[in-house]
Amino acid sequence: MDSDSTSDQSRALDQLDRQIVRATQGGLPLVERPYAEVARRLGVSADDVIRRMQRMLDSGIIRRIGAVPNHYTLGFRGNGMSVWDVDDAKADELGRKIGAFDFVSHAYRRPRYLPEWRYNLFAMVHGKDRDEVMEKVALIAAMLGDQDRGHEVLFSTRILKKTGLRIA
Amino acid sequence: MDATDRAIINRLQLSFPICERPFRQVAAELGIEESDLIARLESMLARKQLSRFGPMYHAERLGGGLSLCAIRVPEADFERVNTVVNGFPEVAHNYARDHEFSMWFVLATETPDRVDEVLREIEQATGYQVYNMPKQREFFVGLRFDL
Repeated sequence: MDSDSTSDQSRALDQLDRQIVRATQGGLPLVERPYAEVARRLGVSADDVIRRMQRMLDSGIIRRIGAVPNHYTLGFRGNGMSVWDVDDAKADELGRKIGAFDFVSHAYRRPRYLPEWRYNLFAMVHGKDRDEVMEKVALIAAMLGDQDRGHEVLFSTRILKKTGLRIA
Repeated sequence: MDATDRAIINRLQLSFPICERPFRQVAAELGIEESDLIARLESMLARKQLSRFGPMYHAERLGGGLSLCAIRVPEADFERVNTVVNGFPEVAHNYARDHEFSMWFVLATETPDRVDEVLREIEQATGYQVYNMPKQREFFVGLRFDL
């Protein structure tokens, strides 16, 4: 799921789409007819909301609709940001392989800042504790073999701020 | 959390239907009542076992700017810089990490151009270089916990 070009879809969003985004980015109403409830709040028909949300899902503006488990509360307390230095020419291929591990929740290619920051691939690794995260990082390292030119794992020690993205 | 709760989370990590009675459809797949599914979701949200339930929007495709940024903050100056950085409304998340690059935050701005402007404002206000690490390529975003 690569996604770099963005602007075409965003231009196609109209005022009602944006109202739907604002009404649902905090969550869907937990009622039997959630889309009709969103529609009622916006003064439009349920069909309008259903059609527009389906279109946003089809075009990737909505990544998915569903539940986000709170990994911390559910016992996945070791969350490490693993960062990897790999050959730029191989970075996309290797990034896809890293992203395919089921314990990786996000994987990205990002810019280096030499000499102080050499890593160009980032992968969030989840486990029950730090030891399990390190075991999983070792699996990534084993997959990469000598294409791993160096890696580190940055554990979070404190959440300093966490507000939901408010994007519309 | 019981086996039914786990089955609900595993099922709803994948997708949720867009139709008139989506809870009824998912409940039928799971072999439970629609009202039970709704009540369990309410309960799991209240207990913070779920952090969200609903659509996940793609910020950049909505026209906004998004970037991961890092600062090398010396420990002695950490609380001052933390206060300054968190004071920017564009800073959505901010984490302390056990590394020389000790502060990592996500900037979410109304337009892509604003990312660079806010970065410079943060540099001026903190006195430290902000390393802007926007994603150049996204390989996977999702959660696939098998509970």
